[in-house]
Amino acid sequence: MNNPPDVAQDSKEYEEYAHGVQKHVRGYLIVGATLLAFTMITVALSYVDFGAILSSLFHTNLSATQGRKANIAVALLVAMFKAGLVAAIFMHLAAEKRLIYRILIFTGFFVLGLFWLTLLAWYDYPIFR
Amino acid sequence: MEIPYTISTRPDTGLWNAKIGIWLFLASEVMLFGGLFSAYIFLRIDSAPGMWPHGLLNVPVGTFNTCILIMSSVTVVLAWASLKMRRYRAYWWYMLATILCGIIFLVVKLAYEWPQKYDHFGIYIKPEALGKYEQYLGNAYAAEKELPPRLEITGHLHNRAALSDPNIKEYEVALDPLNADPTNPSMDRPHFFPLPVTDKIATIEKKDVERATMFLPTHNAYFASYFTITGLHGLHVLAGVLVFIYMWLPVSKKLYQRSPEHLANRVEVSGLFWHFVDLIWIFVFPLFYLL
Repeated sequence: MNNPPDVAQDSKEYEEYAHGVQKHVRGYLIVGATLLAFTMITVALSYVDFGAILSSLFHTNLSATQGRKANIAVALLVAMFKAGLVAAIFMHLAAEKRLIYRILIFTGFFVLGLFWLTLLAWYDYPIFR
Repeated sequence: MEIPYTISTRPDTGLWNAKIGIWLFLASEVMLFGGLFSAYIFLRIDSAPGMWPHGLLNVPVGTFNTCILIMSSVTVVLAWASLKMRRYRAYWWYMLATILCGIIFLVVKLAYEWPQKYDHFGIYIKPEALGKYEQYLGNAYAAEKELPPRLEITGHLHNRAALSDPNIKEYEVALDPLNADPTNPSMDRPHFFPLPVTDKIATIEKKDVERATMFLPTHNAYFASYFTITGLHGLHVLAGVLVFIYMWLPVSKKLYQRSPEHLANRVEVSGLFWHFVDLIWIFVFPLFYLL
């Protein structure tokens, strides 16, 4: 967020700025409530057997291990949504300066590379699945 | 010498300096936790069937702690907004709420969750002796239901002396509900409310034991990664709380009177760190508690 008009001691200009911050506060509260709601949702979803649901939907028979993978995917999708909300709204990434985006693109590249290495190991080693 | 660009923006970056500083730091933190999460994935996909435990942690307590951390993220951003609106009193209260949330989180973790683990006992049975303890493991039942094999008997260790005394030849364990009644279908999946240890006592001979320890980092790969990641996360929470206490004390009020925008920027930067800690927990919670 931009700095206030600190040099000009124009009270009207400052009031406008403070009003802008006030408008954001409502958004922060809504995001907080959404995050709490999705915490409950992710807990509830973890007790749903997605393996059984997928099995009946597609007329197959998924094992408990395969079913667990479906639950992992659902839980991680919810977690990514929550993390995205925190980053975009609380950390102001929805509207930031270009330099910060550049730093983060760089970071994203390397962290994805790191997880890509983990993925390679999947094909590399006689592991249990 | 005055530190430049604490409030005003640097012409070439378009930002005040601390903001770039904290984002570079957070970028390095992403790699730090990224490495630990990769280790978690490695250990988990590499674990033999039945070696990765499920439902051992207390989900209601974990959910409570998640909510506490989310609420503290809201209060810290409100504290910052209050400073931007030049309402120091409101800032002071929001900051206090944030600090208290951080302390509650740490107390729950260190005084309740971790010590519970130190007090819980797990015994991995040697593969050749699994049949002998079938009444506690129910592997025939598990195979029939296509559940992963059960290699471990858990519960509360009655004769603690057995841990150190080589003359004691067996462990006496008050069983967890799963091992007390392994063929009960309600034990197939973890429960939301943790079930207490039962009265049923099992005697397990040491010669049948592959390894037996309390739920410590040495117990298995799951607890090793659990203690490492939640421990490092806890250190981050502690660091955040200490920084917030400094910004809440009267010494920061002096800065506020001199330059309110400077304090607001400090709060924004430490708030960014705090949101990052919250963001990490958003992944830690399902990975260890739910999945």
